Amino acid sequence: MDGNLLMLIYVFVLAMFVGFELITKVPPTLHTPLMSGSNAISGITIVGALISAGLEQFTVSTILGLIAVIFATINVVGGYLVTDRMLKMFKKK
Amino acid sequence: MDTLIKISYLVASTLFIFGIKYLASPRTARKANLLSAVGMLIAIVVTLFDKHVLTYEWIIAGLVIGSAIGAILAIKVPMTGMPQMVGLLNGFGGGASMLVAISEYYKIHLGTVKGASFNTELTATIALSILIGAVTFTGSLIAFAKLQGIVTGKVVKYPGQHPLNLLLLILVIAGSVYLTLNPEIEWLVLAISGISLVLGVLLVLPIGGADMPVAISLLNSYSGLAAASTGFVLQNEQLIVAGALVGASGIILTNIMCKGMNRSLMNVVLGGWESAGSSGPATQTIKGNVKSIEAEELAMLFDAAENIIIVPGYGMAVAQAQHAVRDLFNVLEAKGKNVRFAIHPVAGRMPGHMNVLLAEAQVPYDKLYAMEDINDDFPNTDIAFVIGANDVVNPAARHDKNSPIYGMPILNVDYAKTVVINKRSLNVGYAGIENELFFYPNALMYFGDAKEAVTKLVHELKNL
Repeated sequence: MDGNLLMLIYVFVLAMFVGFELITKVPPTLHTPLMSGSNAISGITIVGALISAGLEQFTVSTILGLIAVIFATINVVGGYLVTDRMLKMFKKK
Repeated sequence: MDTLIKISYLVASTLFIFGIKYLASPRTARKANLLSAVGMLIAIVVTLFDKHVLTYEWIIAGLVIGSAIGAILAIKVPMTGMPQMVGLLNGFGGGASMLVAISEYYKIHLGTVKGASFNTELTATIALSILIGAVTFTGSLIAFAKLQGIVTGKVVKYPGQHPLNLLLLILVIAGSVYLTLNPEIEWLVLAISGISLVLGVLLVLPIGGADMPVAISLLNSYSGLAAASTGFVLQNEQLIVAGALVGASGIILTNIMCKGMNRSLMNVVLGGWESAGSSGPATQTIKGNVKSIEAEELAMLFDAAENIIIVPGYGMAVAQAQHAVRDLFNVLEAKGKNVRFAIHPVAGRMPGHMNVLLAEAQVPYDKLYAMEDINDDFPNTDIAFVIGANDVVNPAARHDKNSPIYGMPILNVDYAKTVVINKRSLNVGYAGIENELFFYPNALMYFGDAKEAVTKLVHELKNL
């Protein structure tokens, strides 16, 4: 195992802790927007998809990348929009 | 340029963290979502400057098609369809992670990227990424289909179910190990992908409708872990941080949902209660009579009450009764009553489902109380009005050790002076057991479709 992988595992574990700390503070009333909003964040895979779809040579990787870009974009755009649609309904008296 | 990209990814990660932090209050939640979206935009734009990105036509095509589909879905979906929507979006995220991992494999296998070669870590993370991504993808599609009513919402059981799943998982792991030793065997990648896709279907298919909050939360967690594992493949910290945040979120929600049902995750995933998911008239008979009440009389009862707690359940969502319930809330408030809502953690088909529906109907969110914040108030309540909920108000959970739902936290509606239960019939709830509450001396049944029944009640109240 090289140092780089170890570093990435470090980052992963610490980010999980940050996630646990923050999410326990989200009230139950916002759990659905939390899911759809975090869902949109998981669309971050789009970064990898873009690199695959933008390769210089056209190969099977490009096709897979293209489909991945479509999937991830649906996830990102749909996720953020629908979360906003929900959140703007939450009003106090 | 590389450094600049890395710094931008750090900015984006920070925005994601603030995006979740500000979800702690409904006041700041909309801003939170915007911050998170800006973070995503930064991540996407700087990636276009990555040195490996050299052609743009496919990227633009993908972004345009994906944005159009995503936007249409987000605008068209009704609030009652939100569980399906979240399920579907989870699936696309997982599917994208799987495809990126396979694409990475082919880049090296076909020598598209100069100088890149396989090593143990890379191949192992590719296999892991495919497994998690594929299970998330097909699992979420099945969850979507179940919630949408395309596939049965009931518990599906067949002989050899668990050994089969275990066998498939072992095959994937064995294949992955073999692949790390022999990365040039292309068909192994396809086999791992195929089996993982099947595994996703088989894992979610057995889960019954009312257990969906757990399944959706778990798949939410998987979609984050899929992104994180793709981050390990690409050695990209941004994906790892974002994926870990989402993974943590899903794990916490899964845990809350399991506690709300007093069941272990294993119990839910493996198909749960023997009786669960059956519907129809109850077979066992409970002593005593059921008293029912009509709208006119009920209106007088409400008129005389002071403290009222409304308990919504999945039945309210099915009947689309949230607007009628809002009218009831308004007319009672206008009469000077203290009206609040008590929401069980697993009411509906996903975490927070009832809250979103009531927010849509413009019920102020400060009137919505979580179970632990309102449960002690039932003894001081004149009327507890249960609309389309069943198992979560069954007192057997408190005292009947033989009941399958024994130990599950419930809303103590039976402690109120009067409990009014709106249901279409005396049929059993999800757990497949009769509810003794209906036979309590202080219980009144108000039969009818939730929307029609509540509308009629509002009408009578206005006429008083």
